[in-house]
Formats: sequence, C-alpha cells, structure tokens
Amino acid sequence: MNIVVCVKQIPDPADPGELDPNTKTLKRDVKLILDESDSYGVEMALQLVDTAGGGEVTLVSMAPNNEVGGIRTALAMGAAKAVLVSDEALVGTDALGTAKVLAKAIERAGDADLVVTATESSDGYTGTVPEQVAELLGLPSITFAKSIEVDGATVKVQRQTEAGYDDVEAPTPAVISVTAGVVEPRYPSFKGIMAAKSKPVDEVTVADLGLDADAVGWAGARQEITEIATAEAREAGTIIEDEGEGYAQIVDFLADLKVI
Amino acid sequence: MTISKIWVFAEATDGNATTTTLEMLAKAGELADTVECVTAADADLATELGAHGASKVFTVAGTDGKLQGPTVSSAIANAVEAGNGPDAILIATSYSGRDVAGRLSVKLDAPVITNVVDIVESDGTLAGVEPVFGGTQDVITKFTSDKVEIFLVRPKSFAAAEDPSGAAAGTEELAAGDLGNTGTAVVTNRFVEEQTGPSLDDAAVVVSGGRGLGEEAKFEMIEELAGLVGGAPGASRAIVDAGWVPYSYQVGQTGKVVKPTVYIAAGISGATQHLVGMKGSKNIVAINKDPEAPIFSVADLGIIGDVHKVMPALIEAIKNR
Repeated sequence: MNIVVCVKQIPDPADPGELDPNTKTLKRDVKLILDESDSYGVEMALQLVDTAGGGEVTLVSMAPNNEVGGIRTALAMGAAKAVLVSDEALVGTDALGTAKVLAKAIERAGDADLVVTATESSDGYTGTVPEQVAELLGLPSITFAKSIEVDGATVKVQRQTEAGYDDVEAPTPAVISVTAGVVEPRYPSFKGIMAAKSKPVDEVTVADLGLDADAVGWAGARQEITEIATAEAREAGTIIEDEGEGYAQIVDFLADLKVI
Repeated sequence: MTISKIWVFAEATDGNATTTTLEMLAKAGELADTVECVTAADADLATELGAHGASKVFTVAGTDGKLQGPTVSSAIANAVEAGNGPDAILIATSYSGRDVAGRLSVKLDAPVITNVVDIVESDGTLAGVEPVFGGTQDVITKFTSDKVEIFLVRPKSFAAAEDPSGAAAGTEELAAGDLGNTGTAVVTNRFVEEQTGPSLDDAAVVVSGGRGLGEEAKFEMIEELAGLVGGAPGASRAIVDAGWVPYSYQVGQTGKVVKPTVYIAAGISGATQHLVGMKGSKNIVAINKDPEAPIFSVADLGIIGDVHKVMPALIEAIKNR
C-alpha cells in the first residue's frame, strides 16, 4: 500500500515570529520545522504500510526557499521519499492555491491508495486544504479521523463529531485528515536520521507541475489584506503568589460571581 | 460587487439549529437585504431559521448516511451556476462546515476567508476579521475576485437574535446532481459519547487543564472541580496531543472557542493557540507556577503557585461550603 502524506514546514510555534508589515505575510527567515500536527499523519501512514506488509510513504510539501529541515525529520521517521514544491511564485499563496499545488504534487508522487493530511496546520490553520485537495483530485474524503483501518480496497475511519464519532467508510483511493494525538509519533532513530540524508527529495517548481503562476501567490489568492489592527487588550488582573492561601482567593472570586 | 444576498449554511443538532447558525443569521441580516439558508437538515428547520431572519431555506436531499461536504457543496455550486446563488455565504467552522467550504471553494474556484470573528463592509464588498498571534492582532482581509465570497466563521463571534420573530421561511429543494467518486464515503454507524454536565459550548464555568498537571491521572482534578461548580472540563492542545483526553475537550484555535462566565486555567501556560479559544471569557482565573506564563496576561485573577497544591485545596474548600 502506498500512502502520500502532506506535510508542512513551519516556523517553530514556540517562537511564532511576526507579520512582515511590507508583505503582510509571516516572516519566514527563521528555520522551519515539521509541523507537529503532521507528525501524526506520518506515523499513521507508516503504521498502515507496516500493517499492509508492503508499500511506502511519500511526503509532499510546499515551501519557500527549498527548505527541507522538516521533510528530513519525516524521512528520518521512515518515509521513503518526498516531493518538494519550491518556488518564489508561491509567496502569498492561500489555502486554495496550496491545495492546487499539493494536488499536482500528489499526482506526481505516483499512484497512492491514501492521501493523509493533518486537519489543519499549526500556523495558518484554515483547515480547508484536505477537502480542497480531495475535490481537486476527484476523490472521496473523510476528515477528522481518530483512527484509520484499511480493509482491502476500503478505508474505515472513526470520524470525530460534535456528539462523539461516526464510523465512515470509503473506497480507496481517498483523502483522510487525522486529528492530533491519534497515534504516538515515533522519534527518529540515529539510523533513521542518517538514512534520511540520502533519501530522494524531488524538488520541483510551479511550472514543473504544469500550473499557471497566476493560480498561486498573491494573484491566485485574490484577496487583499486591508488592515492589520491591534486587538483590544484585556485589562490587567490581580496576580498573587500562592503562599498556601491562593485557593481562598479563587473561592472568594467565584463566590462574588455567584458561580458557587 | 455589492452584497445584496447572503446565504448561511444552516446546521442542526436534534432538530434545532446550532447556536453558530443563529449567530451567523443575525450578522447576515445586518449585512444584506436578503438572507437565505442552505441546509442538509429537515425542511422543518425553516420555522426556526425564518424566525431568525431567513426568507428562504434551500434543502439538500441525499445527505442521509453521507458526509455533507460533497453533497451540499455540489448543490450550492449548481445554484450559483444557474445564476440563483448568493453574493456571499457564511459557513461555521465546524466539522461539516469546513468540508462544505473546502469543496465549494474548488467547485467555484473561489478563495475562502477563514477563522473569521467579524465581517465588515469594505468598499461595497465584505471583509473578514481574523485574529492572529493569540488575538493580539486582527488581520482584515477582503476578496478581490468577483466570485461568491466564502467565509468560515468561528463560533460565538456574533450574538444571535434575542427576540426572533420572523415568519417561517419558504422552502425549496436544491439538487446535488451526480457526485461521482467524491460522494462515495458512507456513514455506517454513529456513536454518541455519554456526557454528564453541560457542554463546553454552553457551560457557565469551564475548567481546563494543561501540561502543568504533569500526568494524565491528574486530569481527574479538572473533572472534579468542573463537576463541583456545574461546569465543563476542557484541555489545552498539549495534553490532547499527548493523548490524555479526547480532541473534543480541546479549547483553542484548533479546538473549541468558549466564552463562559468564568474560565479556570490550571497548569496551562497560555500559548497563543490556547488564548484564541478562551480570551473572550468574561472572567479568567489562572493557576500556574511560572510567573512569566502568558496566561497571566489575560487573567483577572492569577495565582502563581503549584497546581498540585492549589487545586486540591480549592476542591476541598468548595466541597466544604
């Protein structure tokens, strides 16, 4: 079974950076890492390929400046190869443009039985890309998967809902987005890290994918940021050091609000 | 493009419109002369949607046992192509809402403005307000295409009508047409998880725990306190990712947005990811051992201390009242 996993390389969320006032995009001069949300999809895909007893995991990613740091992490976990779309024309690309690029890159990666994504990235978090990719590829999709099982040519998923979860099935190939925490992502072993250095990364441009430059970047986004405003801040509260009586302050606070 | 007609994707639970649906209807009514709904729910919902300002409800058949994304988006796209579509459509940031918005965006080749907490008029068109960096800044974005303007709206962004008095809306069926391969996912079973106490959405008090609890077993303290005050337990993304509690507990940018009377954050540092989901709470209490934790910047009452000491003492004191 062959699985394509879409991965995003993002600035470290512990150091989220800032918006560039000129380009109105996230400053990306920092080192990019594998979005933690994507590590669950990578792990899930590796386990599914193991269970199937054959096949491989291919990564698909889009990044400015040929960044591969995050991809190498996922290769070190056990993915076999990657397609990286890197092009200056991609600056300003929105979710739909991203999906157009990823869909073409997935086709380039070869026949996949499943396409696995996170539910959303940790930096842009539009949460629309998985479904957009599915529609562009003409595939069924099951979003918000808590678990995935492949039975022959059918994929069976527990899909998170407001009330609990649904069992959902679809014929493969299908696009599945996985929620965080569904599996425990493995730490890359030393051997894995060394092996990752020589795994193939197919670096392509937007033109290589046969996409029009107008479909991506600011032109493709067809949106204009009119303003970046400072949001109203909350008034400073009372902050006290606990010396054993901190709980009593909370009790009084809750009692004043009549919630206890 | 002037905005004269807005559609709202109406979702329902147990036969009633979701709160976010009603919130979006209220906003749509401020922005457009004509407000209509499209829904995969029963036509009976038209009474409630009409009361909240919808003049017409388009029902999409064929969603039983299916996911709503392919069917509803196809029906909307068909209406748009036939020239009967809206100028803008508001869709909730919900499980089905995102599916519908994503599919629709491709069908119409129209961009989506996501995570919107407000919608404003801007030169005859609409612009979405999206909070970034933990809600310290708002990015305002408008469309420059002539496509249907698709907005994904976060829950609790607007107030629903307090006195809904509109007449029942008329209904009309919208056909989804042939979905081909995209419509082949089927729902074979639905599981409802037992829930005691109020939901995160409705609770007057939310008690959330984070990594500072140290271990999974300590989440019991969160549940116990939530139970004592008639509230709902919540969680930071860190402990959801760690597998301590299910995704449905998550409060934050990638989880639920909550605005309770009181929000109690125990052992949560307050990453931007979390702040976006709770800083709209009326009152915020934070317990954290790190005086530099960002959660204190939004707290009305902050206790710098060990959550393992403060929480048990707090629980004991409330029990003894």
